[in-house]
Amino acid sequence: MSVSEMFAALQGALGQDQDIREEIRKVVQALEQTAREILTLLQGVHQGPGFQHIPKKCQKAREHFGTVRTQMESLKTKFPADQYYRFHEHWRFVLQRLVFLAAFVVYLESETLVTREAVAEILGIEADRERGFHLDIEDYLSGILTLASELARLAVNSVTAGDYSRPLRISAFINELDSGFRLLNLKNDSLRKRYDGLKYDVKKIEEVVYDLSIRGLNKEATVGAGGEK
Amino acid sequence: GSGGFRKRKHDNFPHGQRREEKENLNPPSALMTSFKSFQLELDTRHDKYERLVKLSRDITIESKRTIFLLHRFTSAPNGEEILSESEVKLDAVRRKIKQVAQELIGEDMYQFHRAISPGLQEYVEAVSFQYFIKTRSLISVEEINKQLIFTAEDREETTNMTSNSHDKQPHTWSLKVTPVDYLLGVADLTGELMRLCISSVGNGDIDTPFELSQFLRQIYDGFTFIGNTGPYEVSKKLYTLKQSLAKVENACYTLKVRGSEIPKHMLADVFSTKTELIDQEEGLP
Repeated sequence: MSVSEMFAALQGALGQDQDIREEIRKVVQALEQTAREILTLLQGVHQGPGFQHIPKKCQKAREHFGTVRTQMESLKTKFPADQYYRFHEHWRFVLQRLVFLAAFVVYLESETLVTREAVAEILGIEADRERGFHLDIEDYLSGILTLASELARLAVNSVTAGDYSRPLRISAFINELDSGFRLLNLKNDSLRKRYDGLKYDVKKIEEVVYDLSIRGLNKEATVGAGGEK
Repeated sequence: GSGGFRKRKHDNFPHGQRREEKENLNPPSALMTSFKSFQLELDTRHDKYERLVKLSRDITIESKRTIFLLHRFTSAPNGEEILSESEVKLDAVRRKIKQVAQELIGEDMYQFHRAISPGLQEYVEAVSFQYFIKTRSLISVEEINKQLIFTAEDREETTNMTSNSHDKQPHTWSLKVTPVDYLLGVADLTGELMRLCISSVGNGDIDTPFELSQFLRQIYDGFTFIGNTGPYEVSKKLYTLKQSLAKVENACYTLKVRGSEIPKHMLADVFSTKTELIDQEEGLP
């Protein structure tokens, strides 16, 4: 084979690669759009009246996740199933965002941490690599860390809205999350960088709880919420 | 104020710890159980990555040594010996690559691609350099990959990974050099060829430079054909490639011009000063 033939063949391979990336980019853009819509919807909970409508907002968000699932289905068809990590960078960001949104919905509904399997199910993908398009563990953990900062914000806003019991529950949740993350041996990568931000969220929530405690507002809350501290 | 804040921290800290200890006595929560499994999963992944990085380093070092050895080819009278020695070295490199392939059994190769890519590129460079010296042509990706199909028979296998893959995929596994790794390796090859050209002039070899400039031009044309279809790294290499080509072309030019007027035995002097100059410019390739 001559040199020019070889390079022509390589160019063909690279061109195909580029076409695949183009296709993926299109679907990812649509996914980003849906993710933004869900986020806008859920942002409503930070405003005073939003606290009464949490279940309704969660239900609406869950409907949007139906769109996410169909978009994920189409994403899966854009590239060979065994080359997930070859194109991983393209959907990494949006997948982390979607994990956060799913985790936020689940938290608002049940005040528990969504499991990896449950997120995968909400997004219409697999939890294990062996079974196809899956949720990478680092992406899952990144999404969970975004949830932590969102909850720190929620704690502040729920006090403003007069809900004094929620910060206590959030505090317990975040503390457990923090000790969970402390089990992990993280490398010096982007996940580690985001984990380093978790302590500020913990601190923020502790401050809110402190403010409530010295004013005796937490006692008032426990009457309604049924004993946290 | 800040005093009160500090005091609170002191008060709260042991309290929080005590609560954690209590949790440890109780059966661990679902959250902690899942994070323990995450810990295991991440550690396994990082360990594998580290092992691959180490293998990749070893592959790089051995390949570099092979290249240095091959540079001695032109100057030494016993060319065959050097070629066979380089073959032995490359076999050792391939054994390392076999280990890489074993690590990657059942994995997505691209997940760990960043760990092994530098080693593979260096290997491509070494193998294509040797191939060029032997045949004066460019080795293809297919040919490189053909040499990277490994069978379990040629060495007794002790790894436990192979035992469970024995049933499904008996005895052979392979590692594929990606087109991009190949291209980057070939781009590095051109740097070696430039050095080969200059040093062969230094040895009074008049034909090799012209052959090399021809060959380098073909590769350069190939790279310009790919242009920016490839990833960013490929286009970055194109710039260095152009410089290498220019040096070789200039060497040929000088040979043509000066060759007609300087007696042959003095040509070596003209180029040996030029070589030093170029090496200084280049730094370490």
